Amino acid sequence: MTQKLVIIGAGMASGRVIEHLVEENAGAYDITLFNAEPRGNYNRIMLSPVLSGDKTYEEIVTHDDDWYDQHGVTCRFGEHVLRIDREMKVVEGQNGHVPYDKLIIATGSAPFIIPVEGNDLPGVITYRDLDDTNAMIDAAKQGGKAVVIGGGLLGLEAAAGLAERGMEVTVLHLMGHLMERQLDEAAAYLLRRDLEKRGITIMTQASTAAILGEDRVEGVMLEDNTGLEADLVVMAVGIRPETRLATDAGLEVARGIEVNAQMQTSDPDIYAVGECVEYDGHLFGLVAPLYDQAKVLAHALMDQPDAFVVKDIATKLKVTGCDLFSAGDFADGEGREDIVFRDPSRGVYKRLVIEDDRLVGAVMYGDTADGNWFFGLIKDGTEIDEMRETLIFGPAFQGGDQADPLSAVAALPRDAEICGCNGVCKGKIVDAIEGGATDLGAVKAQTKASASCGTCTGLVEQLLQVTLGDDFEAPTAQPICGCTDLTHEDVRRLIKSQELKSQAAVWQELGWKTPNGCHVCRPAVNFYLLADWPLEYQDDPQSRFVNERKHANIQKNGTFSVVPRMWGGITNPDELRAIADAADKYDVPTVKVTGGQRIDLLGVKGEDLPAIWADLNKAGLVSGHAYSKGLRTVKTCVGTDHCRFGTQDSTGLGIKLEQALWGSWTPHKVKLAVSGCPRNCAEATCKDVGIVCVDSGYQVGVGGAAGMDVKETERLVDVATEDEAIEWTVAFVQLYRENAKYLDRPYKWLAKVGLDWVKETLADAGERARLVAAFELSQSIYRKDPWAEHAKQAERFQPLADLTLEAAE
Amino acid sequence: MSWIDICALDDIPLRGARKLKTALGCVAVFRTSETEVFAAADRCPHKGGPLSEGIVHGQSVTCPLHNWVFDLNTGQAQGEDGQIATYKLRIEGDRVLIDGARLTARSAA
Repeated sequence: MTQKLVIIGAGMASGRVIEHLVEENAGAYDITLFNAEPRGNYNRIMLSPVLSGDKTYEEIVTHDDDWYDQHGVTCRFGEHVLRIDREMKVVEGQNGHVPYDKLIIATGSAPFIIPVEGNDLPGVITYRDLDDTNAMIDAAKQGGKAVVIGGGLLGLEAAAGLAERGMEVTVLHLMGHLMERQLDEAAAYLLRRDLEKRGITIMTQASTAAILGEDRVEGVMLEDNTGLEADLVVMAVGIRPETRLATDAGLEVARGIEVNAQMQTSDPDIYAVGECVEYDGHLFGLVAPLYDQAKVLAHALMDQPDAFVVKDIATKLKVTGCDLFSAGDFADGEGREDIVFRDPSRGVYKRLVIEDDRLVGAVMYGDTADGNWFFGLIKDGTEIDEMRETLIFGPAFQGGDQADPLSAVAALPRDAEICGCNGVCKGKIVDAIEGGATDLGAVKAQTKASASCGTCTGLVEQLLQVTLGDDFEAPTAQPICGCTDLTHEDVRRLIKSQELKSQAAVWQELGWKTPNGCHVCRPAVNFYLLADWPLEYQDDPQSRFVNERKHANIQKNGTFSVVPRMWGGITNPDELRAIADAADKYDVPTVKVTGGQRIDLLGVKGEDLPAIWADLNKAGLVSGHAYSKGLRTVKTCVGTDHCRFGTQDSTGLGIKLEQALWGSWTPHKVKLAVSGCPRNCAEATCKDVGIVCVDSGYQVGVGGAAGMDVKETERLVDVATEDEAIEWTVAFVQLYRENAKYLDRPYKWLAKVGLDWVKETLADAGERARLVAAFELSQSIYRKDPWAEHAKQAERFQPLADLTLEAAE
Repeated sequence: MSWIDICALDDIPLRGARKLKTALGCVAVFRTSETEVFAAADRCPHKGGPLSEGIVHGQSVTCPLHNWVFDLNTGQAQGEDGQIATYKLRIEGDRVLIDGARLTARSAA
């Protein structure tokens, strides 16, 4: 019978346990996962890049809802666990009991709050989870001053992130130098110098006496009576294992929950993993040992013998531009010798600590390329007597035959860690490569190496090179998909130069490896052909994503949503009545105003589409193309018609633009807006093309985005008349249609070709006219209502036959 | 076997699909080349996506919701742990026939 496994805490350790379980023995356990945070597992060590703006939360999610769903994990996120009842073997959550056969406590750790007055004021936060990170990002938007208490890994990452976001940051550190557990003074000095160059003030031997403020934090007072102003105080002085549930349940708890080498607590049916545990007197804060624990624990649950061993660990600081590496023990001591290398002009410092002819510690700053090799020597206890003279220069200098730069990677032992974020060792990567993962993407997909922060990408590529030898091809531009070796850009170029005017011609002449492409390349090729040969090429609905084939948006339950066009956002009572009637007639469950100022009828059955279109057509409404890689909407404000600030007829211009551009197909969706004055009520500055009306005319901006990325438009041109604004907009859209890669929004395409090139091209009046003419030519075919055309083939939307009736006879 | 005539070959678009209502739920009928047809369950095992709305390529179909790819010969999902039921079809002249023995079988309920 399937056993019930309950896990408390969805952190990196327990996430890894679940991965091992579902990978190696899916279905052995019926898993329920509690998490106090209202979300699943993400890569917590990547919060610093999120704080600094280098990554988004979405990029650090390791398991999304689909993943849990797919692997049958019952998620109780946002629910606190109140109690563990060992006698009844149930976990009491806020929303009810869950019985368990086996239980894992993975509650992690809680940040340590220093017991000073004012530590509970609003504006004093810890740095632990996404909510903390978001709170810091929000606080940084106001600018002002931040004080970070704690000059360890976490505190410095917080400080660098806040400084990156424009705050004036001071770091208070109790000890004499930064990161004293990982660095010696010399390395800490270089780190301090680098941080100070970023405008961060560092105060060491600074002891906090009180946090000041009335309703919210206003400052920090030090023991020596120095006062600092602060709008935000981040407390990053340390963490302690979160053991309350275990203590209450009567498990053995010291500093952390005590476990044996199988991660079992004093109750044989309860395990613990991660930062909340204590093993053999050790606590754990870095990710590598957590992952080791997770593997051991998963094996224990599957009755496979395994035991956790405490290993040396290496540390890196995730602050862009501060290259720092530390491993092993670097304290001075009797019988210990140092080898030190300094290059002050490059800011490079390396120190090796040797005891009994073996390397026991390494600290490096500025140049950490050989860090993993030194770390390997420390872990293996390699005798270094023979290479002592050249040891500090790294693996490349250890003997003539190793002068090849790849030898460093080749020399690494199998258990050398390559990817710190995901705890992937060399052996696993080499096995994957030998098993057929012959490029970076495949290695990433199979092993997760280089899938997080990416600093190990170079190492992984070297491993590919070392393992594959001559078979390794240095990474080139990505082909469209597995059907061809050509890139999007190549295919576009060849379609034009070889005058390929059908899909079959593309497959044949460009050597496609599949009979008729796949769901990735076919829509792209279909668009390229249509954009280049509007008169000759016959659009292929079967190469379009369902939304475009059916002219409606597919929703998660297989129903569709229907959005009629409302030119420039203008409608009238007749149109609204027709929409309301259609909603009644076709039992539309949800009627919603979209972000683009149109009305969305959600939940229409596929069979009903032709009929609802016909009804809407009768009222004069046509397809809003809300489903298309094409012009979506032109959002407007009321402009001079009604607004006391409006400078031009923004609604009128919006309507003209929509009527010029509608129906056109583009590499990705295209959204426009026209604002009547710089108050920007139509939000024109985050659109693909956004026009802001001013007294002197029209400011045309391009390349904005408000989706996965948020970007402000950049100014393309200022023009005096409406006609010019339309001409420039149409020419820009056509240039994008002729050049961009399928599925690149304008801002992505602009990043590749550069705004300057686009400005230069469009500034040429002849070229501008050519582009407008080419667009008009294409529109002579495509500016038409697809709903009217498809409603004529209503039978195609019906089932072929209904065999349920046959069966009932 | 009991063959049931369901449609003309041309009723199904080339590299496209239509659906068929049956006692076992909707079945998607695919046409991959001029004279090749397949039938399989219309429901993706991942999130229930309607496979008849997917892009048909080679002898495979891609689910429109999350891009799972199924081999229409075996029903096996590519690189994923999932499979869809497949049904026998045959072409007679320009008509498409499906093996009705399995499709019309109803559960005891």
